[in-house]
Amino acid sequence: MKSQDKSVSAMADPAVGEAGKTGDWRDLKPVIDYGKCIPSVKNRPACYLCWLYCPEGVVKAGIRVEIDLTYCKGCGVCAEECPSKAISMVREEKGHE
Amino acid sequence: MSDVQIITGNQAAAMAARLCNVQVVAAYPITPQSQLAEILSQYVESGSLRAEYVRVESEHSAMTVCISASTVGARVFTATSANGLLYMHEQLHWAAGSRLPIVMCVVNRGVGAPWSIFNDQQDSLSQRDTGWIQIHCRDNQEIMDSVIQAYRIAEQVYAPIMVCYDGFVLSHTMMPVHIPGANPVRSFLPPYKPHTILSPENPKNINPVLLPNPRMSAEGILCDGYMEMRYKLQKAMEDSREVIMKTSREFADAFGRDNGGMLWEYRTDDAEVILSAMGSVAAEAMAAVDQLRAEGIGAGVVGIRVFRPFPKEDVARAFRKAKAIILFEKSISYGYEGGLSSELKAAFYRTDIHAPVHDYIVGIGGRDVKARELVEAVKSSVEAIRTGTPEKHTSWLNCITE
Amino acid sequence: MPENLFKMNAKEYILPGSRSCQGCGLSLAYRFALKALRENTIVTLPASCLCVLHGLYPNTSVNIPCLNCTFASTAASASGIVAGLNALNKTDTTVVAFAGDGGSFDMGIQSLSGAAERGTDFIYVSYDNEGYMNTGTQRSSATPLGALTSTTPVLTKQQHKKDFLKIMEAHDLPYAATTSPSYPIDLYEKFVKAKRIKGTRFIHIHVPCPPGWSYPTKDTVRIGRLAVETGIVVLFEVENGKLRFTGRSRTLAEKGNKLPIITYIERQGRFKKMSIEQLSQFQKWVDSRWNEFLRRAAN
Repeated sequence: MKSQDKSVSAMADPAVGEAGKTGDWRDLKPVIDYGKCIPSVKNRPACYLCWLYCPEGVVKAGIRVEIDLTYCKGCGVCAEECPSKAISMVREEKGHE
Repeated sequence: MSDVQIITGNQAAAMAARLCNVQVVAAYPITPQSQLAEILSQYVESGSLRAEYVRVESEHSAMTVCISASTVGARVFTATSANGLLYMHEQLHWAAGSRLPIVMCVVNRGVGAPWSIFNDQQDSLSQRDTGWIQIHCRDNQEIMDSVIQAYRIAEQVYAPIMVCYDGFVLSHTMMPVHIPGANPVRSFLPPYKPHTILSPENPKNINPVLLPNPRMSAEGILCDGYMEMRYKLQKAMEDSREVIMKTSREFADAFGRDNGGMLWEYRTDDAEVILSAMGSVAAEAMAAVDQLRAEGIGAGVVGIRVFRPFPKEDVARAFRKAKAIILFEKSISYGYEGGLSSELKAAFYRTDIHAPVHDYIVGIGGRDVKARELVEAVKSSVEAIRTGTPEKHTSWLNCITE
Repeated sequence: MPENLFKMNAKEYILPGSRSCQGCGLSLAYRFALKALRENTIVTLPASCLCVLHGLYPNTSVNIPCLNCTFASTAASASGIVAGLNALNKTDTTVVAFAGDGGSFDMGIQSLSGAAERGTDFIYVSYDNEGYMNTGTQRSSATPLGALTSTTPVLTKQQHKKDFLKIMEAHDLPYAATTSPSYPIDLYEKFVKAKRIKGTRFIHIHVPCPPGWSYPTKDTVRIGRLAVETGIVVLFEVENGKLRFTGRSRTLAEKGNKLPIITYIERQGRFKKMSIEQLSQFQKWVDSRWNEFLRRAAN
């Protein structure tokens, strides 16, 4: 069997999804109520504590705020820290992607 | 134009490291290596060697500094003995698995417990499984020459090399040594080209966890599992034999001295009895052979220069015609026999070599080994074989064993 | 608040889909440390939670060059990188060692002390999740008094947390600081400052760990915040021997209203076997330490 790996020693390259689609880890997913989310309400950059406190860095601080659900692990820190309680942690549907 | 100086083994090693333009030196004191580190610090602080000299706080850190500096692309050097070598044991495995061309002098000394500061080879024997190439020096000239050759070998093979020499017997004994010129050595050693990439220009994660099985990269290449990566180390070690032999020949061409490649032979052409050893005992065995020959016994010496990779095919050739093989070893694999003894016998497996192998453990903890003692041991072994007792349990020479 | 966020380096160096736990305090801390350190950085780290975050061969989640090393050797590994770069005249790259509490103050202490004593020009970061979390939450010298761990599973930890600051201060460092991922801007600013200083810089990060400390993952930032609000964790920096509170700890020092430690203790399952006696000892330890900080900052 011929090795495809020509490396002399182990050197790994940066890649998204090293641990797979970590969104699969979730039981609860974050859902944003844009009627309460401060940047959406004010229609300008503001707050962004969800972006600040996300351990995974999967929150996009835009207008609107978006969360990358492919990789969000569902820890719930964003929901906990949101000052306007705009984020709810909602149970995932059975067999979600 | 080379010149001859009368210098100790430690001086020879330090001079060789300077000639090789090492760039990072990790230094920690331990008898009988300390003078080597001291001489290098003299060179660095007085400006005759431009290198980063790191006065580490332990031997474990000495090898660690060598590993990471070599990864970044610097030519590195360190030295140690006995318990210092043992303390860095996990790092020896790490260096070999990292495939780094680190060169280290091991000034052979007995290990504790109990304490000994004197010479034997238990320290380097106990590291034979780590994936380091192991070269043993017969005299101070070989120390000088082997350190220089080691960088050339290591930087081609990408495996670390320990150049071993006997503590006090060589490290502190003055012998005439031809000192090569700086320019010929510079020509002999091309600049080190690392295979490792540790640089912001091309971020990589070096030596992370590998799983048992091969695994896909993000680009869709099936990359090595741990076993493949480790197999590559074994393959490199096996392939290094050719590089070692070639380097020996190239060194002989450039500097006029041939220390043998994997092993060297003395008066073996018509020898019925072959003595064998590693390091300075092999030089003592040459004197013993001259005495034996004078008494009419057809003896010769096979000096094992490279212990790892083990010179399997070379020993099958060198010992082919022996009727008796007498080994003198300064170490033992406790619970069995001397390392060289087991490995030779394994190399003879399924060849035509059936000569009795007698294993003498000598010089443990610095007990002096005299040529006449080797002569007496050979004569007693030869007599035993002649009178019908070819098998002999491993014996400890000149030691109270009752 | 938004102005500080916008001044920050917006780039993310940890790619999505890393192997860290849900709600990992280290992941949050590392995010901001790397933002402050930027591209021209080389990291070295031992077997640890961070090693797992970096990922398994042949992929890595982190877009910064990294050298893995053995558990005892992190600071020596950094020393070698610095020496190698110096020898090759590549002296503008920041070398950063990142080890856990065990890898810094248990097994790692010898190489850390050696590198610091030599004045090695690097940043040493000790991320402190108060135990050997990667191997399954065993007790370390950083585990607080009264905590259950998998090797203090019945009687709880009997000793106070080892005082890292005192040990590092004995090494004559130009910069030492404690940070927390619950205060990411304070953390970011300290890393930015450390990057500009020469010599051995030591940064301690207090890192909440949901599985190790037994609390719901959503509470990571809250728990870290309570640690500071109670004075258990003090946000400070020491520059050439001069100590200064920073951030929330400075406000607490000025206003003098730190919370009782029970507000922090009661939220974590690891303290459920803590005795009244231990709680009292812990409060005394926190108070005495806080007062010492106040004295030092006043001078």
